[in-house]
Amino acid sequence: MGASDLNSVGQSVRRKEDYRFLTGTGQFTDDINPQHHTHAYFLRSPHAHARIRSIDTAKAKAAPGVIAVCTGDDLTGVNGLPCGWLITGTDGQPMKEPPHPILAQGKVRYVGDGVALVVAETPDQAKDAAEMIAVDYEVLPAVVNPVDALKKNAPAIHEGAPGNKCYTWALGDKTATDAAFASAAHVTKLDLVNNRLIPNAIEPRAAVASYSRADDSYTLYVTSQNPHVERLLMTAFVLGLPETKVRVIAPDVGGGFGSKIYLYPEETALVWVSKRVNRPIKWTAERSESFLSDAHGRDHVTHAELALDKDGKFLGMRVQTTAAMGAYLSTFASCIPTILYATLLAGQYTTPAIWCEVTAVFTNTAPVDAYRGAGRPEATYVVERIVHAAAVEMGVAQDEIRRRNFIRKFPYQTPVALLYDIGDYDACLDEAMKIADTKGFAARKAEAAGRGKLRGLGYASYIEACGIAPSNIAGALGARAGLFEVGQVRVNPTGGVTVFTGSHSHGQGHETTFSQIVASRLGIPIENVEIVHGDTGRVPFGMGTYGSRSLAVGGTAIVKALDKVIAKGRKIAAHLLEAAEADIEFGDGKFSVAGTDRSKTFGEVALSAYVPHNYPLDKLEPGLDETAFYDPTNFTFPAGTHICEVEVDPDTGVVEVVNFSACDDFGNIINPMIVEGQVHGGLAQGIGQALLEQCVYDRESGQLLTGSYMDYAMPRSDDLPSFNVATKVTPCTHNPLGAKGCGEAGAIGAPAALMNAVHDALSAAGVKYIDMPATPHRVWNALQSAQ
Amino acid sequence: MPVSLSLTVNGKAAAEDVDARTLLVDFIRNDLGLTGTHVGCDTGQCGACTVLIDGNAVKACTILAAQANGSKITTIEGLAASDGELHPMQAAFKDCHGLQCGFCTPGMVLSAIDLVQRHPDADEKTIRAELEGNLCRCTGYQNIVKAVKQGAQAMRR
Repeated sequence: MGASDLNSVGQSVRRKEDYRFLTGTGQFTDDINPQHHTHAYFLRSPHAHARIRSIDTAKAKAAPGVIAVCTGDDLTGVNGLPCGWLITGTDGQPMKEPPHPILAQGKVRYVGDGVALVVAETPDQAKDAAEMIAVDYEVLPAVVNPVDALKKNAPAIHEGAPGNKCYTWALGDKTATDAAFASAAHVTKLDLVNNRLIPNAIEPRAAVASYSRADDSYTLYVTSQNPHVERLLMTAFVLGLPETKVRVIAPDVGGGFGSKIYLYPEETALVWVSKRVNRPIKWTAERSESFLSDAHGRDHVTHAELALDKDGKFLGMRVQTTAAMGAYLSTFASCIPTILYATLLAGQYTTPAIWCEVTAVFTNTAPVDAYRGAGRPEATYVVERIVHAAAVEMGVAQDEIRRRNFIRKFPYQTPVALLYDIGDYDACLDEAMKIADTKGFAARKAEAAGRGKLRGLGYASYIEACGIAPSNIAGALGARAGLFEVGQVRVNPTGGVTVFTGSHSHGQGHETTFSQIVASRLGIPIENVEIVHGDTGRVPFGMGTYGSRSLAVGGTAIVKALDKVIAKGRKIAAHLLEAAEADIEFGDGKFSVAGTDRSKTFGEVALSAYVPHNYPLDKLEPGLDETAFYDPTNFTFPAGTHICEVEVDPDTGVVEVVNFSACDDFGNIINPMIVEGQVHGGLAQGIGQALLEQCVYDRESGQLLTGSYMDYAMPRSDDLPSFNVATKVTPCTHNPLGAKGCGEAGAIGAPAALMNAVHDALSAAGVKYIDMPATPHRVWNALQSAQ
Repeated sequence: MPVSLSLTVNGKAAAEDVDARTLLVDFIRNDLGLTGTHVGCDTGQCGACTVLIDGNAVKACTILAAQANGSKITTIEGLAASDGELHPMQAAFKDCHGLQCGFCTPGMVLSAIDLVQRHPDADEKTIRAELEGNLCRCTGYQNIVKAVKQGAQAMRR
């Protein structure tokens, strides 16, 4: 292999991680079986809201195989789970943060709220014993809908949160926005529901906790996207343990999509109890438990207004949103409908004045937190649905109204806090229209009409803020943590490289992408690079993977560490080659003296660092192992246009996605195959939201009605088309990779594009408005009532 | 009450006494330690636990271990050659990026092999219809469909 072949950046290198997954030799949390381990089962509340009068665990404690039974009262010295983001309301007051106990104390607040933990020799014994626990509940009225929860006589969920309100928060200039509306030639108004979703990674959450008396330490294997954050929150805030005594390992993790970011009660309880029983404990959620207890996503009710001049230029936007938090504040719940939502309401447009007010409310449901896209799909849905509606009302073509308002000068300061560094929105729109063959749409629509079908075309030009986040900006906005990333590059004596990253891969293929970066920069084969992640015992620190941040932030941290390795290598090479350091060049895996043929290979320099016989020991430490902490200076701004074409059967209400085209700008791309895969997966989840998925709680009883795959409609292979995807590149200006992030785009653009297409199709039949998901039942009903 | 089981798994004889209520998937994972077979749900809907029983794809959470007595079972661990070379369907999944997190993958690959045995020339529509019993949350299925087509071709060789 020639040196140039070593530069694999931009190539679809097949994934290094695949062999173990394809041969059943991956290691997921439930595959870990420490010797003599026990099994945990959580007894959960069957009521949405109830006072606990008493819990009798005597029978369960005496049941066969039972080792321990704990309730909330037993967890002495254990604090509640913290929320990682403080939102300050428009009244200047901090958000309401009611206690979030890891097992219910005195009250249960949603169906699935943990009441007791049983540890037994086998899973069946734990489950059998849990059935013997007698809980005397005083059932209280429940409220599950966020708008209902704000009503005057709504049941009070927390003592410390009057009116069930967590906060009312606002962003933007209200006066300027009101003035824009006063001068508008046209105002479009829209009421929108962003349906509640359940993330449903196919691997259920799981944990294995062990305690060692030998050194008073704990080891936790857990399905986590960010083991260091998990450890920090658990030790410092909840259990009061030194971080040095807790090792958190997130091994192979079977999908996350946000739902595995958070510190959950279950693993926290397991760690605490593992010391008391002095044996390893395993807990794996059954899918029904996942439905009940994983953090859910979305659940917004929004009123939006767009002011336009007579030419369709946007003058101002006003948005009021009620966002459900669920029964307790999950780890990042508070920042999703605020910092990651209202800040995106400018979209790709020059709208000069925007004002957004968000009221976050507690409901008797599972907590709501980030789910793929987290705030940005909700913002895109508002912007792109109302742009679509405005274009229809004003008789302007969908592409034209977008073009009239695109931002074209960068950097661009939006009226909602963000500074877009770069983008080319026309390029993505043009390409999306090309691959969607929008020119041929009229003919296809006519052909479909001939068969009695309704065709529709929908656009969504989305933007997202990724690469989360500059710590100082995040801190000013209420983050209680830094949001940098860590990379450590350890060059081994024989030239192989071990990279430790704080990013976590749970399907994204970091072992391959990061290896490509390292191998290309050092001029060594990919096989000589090993990526280590997901272990607080091996990786120095990390903030984990979410918000499409791994490449832009985690990848950059690795690049910064590589720069340090190369800088030190240059010094070593200068010594070995008896040349001035300034004359040493590095390229193609060699340190050379400029203008000569004298050089040392990367491997020779590495060996010299570890066998420093001929080495500048007076000036330089031996070894070649460098660490970088990288804190981004701005968010990254992936953007693109998605175009969806649907065909509706008016007799059945079935919506078929006949074509979905996406052109995205993710900045520079390391591995196109992986990027395309990320887009496909995101689109599937976005189409799922628009067409199939909806979490439903019974409005009276608060029971979860969509508690299994029988009732919650996941996108299956025969629900989806093959997608047309393309990319355009404007490299990010503020990280050395020029990368922006690609993990969430599909889920952000697809719902709006699809629903715009559905509205376009149904408009011919007189349907004005329909909410997600556009199920056959809803579509058919809408068509009937429009007649 | 324990039940005596005797069956062949990945070409090896296995004989064990198990609790009568033991599901086949739990027997495979816990008694045999073959953790490549995954559990993704509790209603027989996700297909992550799919194995081949006498050549047919079966969701191992939907039958009792006792019901598989006397059968020949292939799990994901039994597909590759003894020298580690991937089965053509496994190789196609890798080549087409038909997997991301890898959790649904064992069930998906085994279902794919079953479908190719029944429909050697399956087109996209057939593949999508046949795989609707296997949930994948990562890939959007497009590359899985591509992999199955490529794997089918390779299996014919």
